[in-house]
Amino acid sequence: MQEAAHKTTAFRRRIADFLGKIPLLAWLAAAPLAVLLEHLIGYELATGVGLPKIPVLFGFVIMLKTPLLIPSALLYVLLIYLIPVCLVAWVLAAPANWLAGRLYRLPIIVPVLVHLALLYLALHLWADISAYRGLTLRLTLIAVMMTLSLNVINGYMGEFSCSHPGFMALGAYGASVFSVFFFASDKLFGEALLPEILGAFCFPIGLVFGGLIASLGALAIAIPSFRTRGDYLAIISLAFMFIVKSAIENLEFVGGPRGLSGQPNYASLPVVFGVAVVCVWIINNFVRSTLGKALNAVRDDETAAEAMTVNTRRTKILAFMFGAFWAGVAGGLFAHVLRYVNPGTFGIQKLAEVLAMVYFGGLNSVYGSILGGVSLSLLSEALRPLELFKWIIIPLLLILVMIYRPTGLIAFKEFDVRALIRPKTHPRKEV
Amino acid sequence: MPLLEVVDMSHDFGGLRAVNRYSLGISTGEIRGLIGPNGAGKTTIFNLITGMYHPTEGDIRLENESIVGLRPNQIAARGLGRTFQNLQLWRHLTVLEHVMMARYSKLTYGLAGAFFGTPKRHRQEKESREKAYELMEMLNIAQFADQIVLNLPYGAQRRVEMARALATEPKILFLDEPTAGMNPEELMQMMKIIRRVHREFHLAIFLIEHRLRMVMELCQQIQTLVFGEVIAEGTPEQIQSDPKVIEAYLGKEMVE
Repeated sequence: MQEAAHKTTAFRRRIADFLGKIPLLAWLAAAPLAVLLEHLIGYELATGVGLPKIPVLFGFVIMLKTPLLIPSALLYVLLIYLIPVCLVAWVLAAPANWLAGRLYRLPIIVPVLVHLALLYLALHLWADISAYRGLTLRLTLIAVMMTLSLNVINGYMGEFSCSHPGFMALGAYGASVFSVFFFASDKLFGEALLPEILGAFCFPIGLVFGGLIASLGALAIAIPSFRTRGDYLAIISLAFMFIVKSAIENLEFVGGPRGLSGQPNYASLPVVFGVAVVCVWIINNFVRSTLGKALNAVRDDETAAEAMTVNTRRTKILAFMFGAFWAGVAGGLFAHVLRYVNPGTFGIQKLAEVLAMVYFGGLNSVYGSILGGVSLSLLSEALRPLELFKWIIIPLLLILVMIYRPTGLIAFKEFDVRALIRPKTHPRKEV
Repeated sequence: MPLLEVVDMSHDFGGLRAVNRYSLGISTGEIRGLIGPNGAGKTTIFNLITGMYHPTEGDIRLENESIVGLRPNQIAARGLGRTFQNLQLWRHLTVLEHVMMARYSKLTYGLAGAFFGTPKRHRQEKESREKAYELMEMLNIAQFADQIVLNLPYGAQRRVEMARALATEPKILFLDEPTAGMNPEELMQMMKIIRRVHREFHLAIFLIEHRLRMVMELCQQIQTLVFGEVIAEGTPEQIQSDPKVIEAYLGKEMVE
């Protein structure tokens, strides 16, 4: 028994040692190569192991639809992703460490851009295989933005806000109206006012416009509900979500309950990726500044925060509007990805999704939000064949996380970009 | 002219008069004590002056400007620092973050700095960190800088509160029972710290304390509060021999 336990710990240590020596750069260099491999031999391999086509989401859908193909799907994932990525990362570890070390001495922006470029390359190639992947990926990035922005309010500030779908709706409609009104010819708003060629360049303005509308909505909630602490915000924000939904349903000029369509195709993968990166960057900057940490002080002890010169009222209102702004931007992207929005989307189910992502991933943590957003949106796509049972499995998972890790998977951890991209020539010593 | 002046301040909780016509004048460099039995209204007076409650009547003047009606953070930013009777630390923040947080009002980089990490922000945060380390070293908590504050021993947590209050760069420091729950050794250390802080920062200190010995040793002037009213005021010797004070603390029969 003891010997077996000893063996497993030794095995674990070897894995930890192995992982501890590979810098992020090597992983990011390996990922595009694996996806390239899929481009080259993916189809042949898939048909070779008996799959009808290249599995779109790591074989989950195939496994659930036809359990007989589980071994083939696993084999495919192993051969295309797991083994090549690990192998290449291992081979590249030494040169990548050298390169990461050189990059590390340059201004921080340079290595960050290099890493992001590699990440984007991998995602782009991966999404290139099928339109469904592209859509899922963009929606996942939007989910990350939603999760992170809600984490600012529910995690960092410790209030419980339920109005995120409402903010998303405001942003979605704000940005949609902006681009349809100015740059598209359509039944509701008539001819385009500006040449269509300008549209793509003005898209960021439309997103910011949507975000600002959302943060105005946030201001309307914040002023009455931040006078005291307690459950008021949860109730008022829940009401706000329903008000937004029914207001849009009754606004004929944006199509009422039928929804609004005709958004130009502005939200391509690079655009969504870029906006998501900017969102993570700005939110991470904010929560790591003393101004942003004031949110934690307000959450942990508001009286003490006030006595230590923290302007608590301003802090709370600003953070709430800030979170709403990014929810609005995410909504704007969402509308342009689907190129159709209707008020029904922004209801209680959306709220449950975002809340689950925040609490699953981890409170007060950028890592947690990324993990929660990515894992739950991929899972929810992967479990789609289960139909109704999907809504049993996901909540069950959430309950388990709440039991064993009440604050989420990666909670209260700072997202330190420098530590992330550091070369790993000296593996961390075991404590 | 006193640094802090309280004139005829009264406060009612509903129909109950918690503080009645309280007056105070503290000048720079003075250590003033406030003693009294439990429930006398000592902490209420602290909360009134620091802006957590608003007095029903009367005026509070800091450097000859009225601070009645200002929010606690504005009062704190004008130079009135405080500690709390029951430690009120932020349970998820490190010691360094505590001390840096207290410099909130000194930061002028604004939202642009917070969102985009401007050079101004890096400069100010760096300066703030250096100041925080100075204070932490002085209070002997620098070795805990990156630890979550809840993991610290009790005496160190008290010193974090003190460092945090000093980081607001106060002109007058309010200490609400700084030695509550301390053992004799920690008590001696805290007294040393208070003396040192008083000397080095040239502060006025206003102190609530239960341990008479400590008040008697530290303070030049002491007020005794009973049921919201000052019943005696004077030097430690005068207070010690005042029959009204002895009555309030020990009861009437004992005196007779």
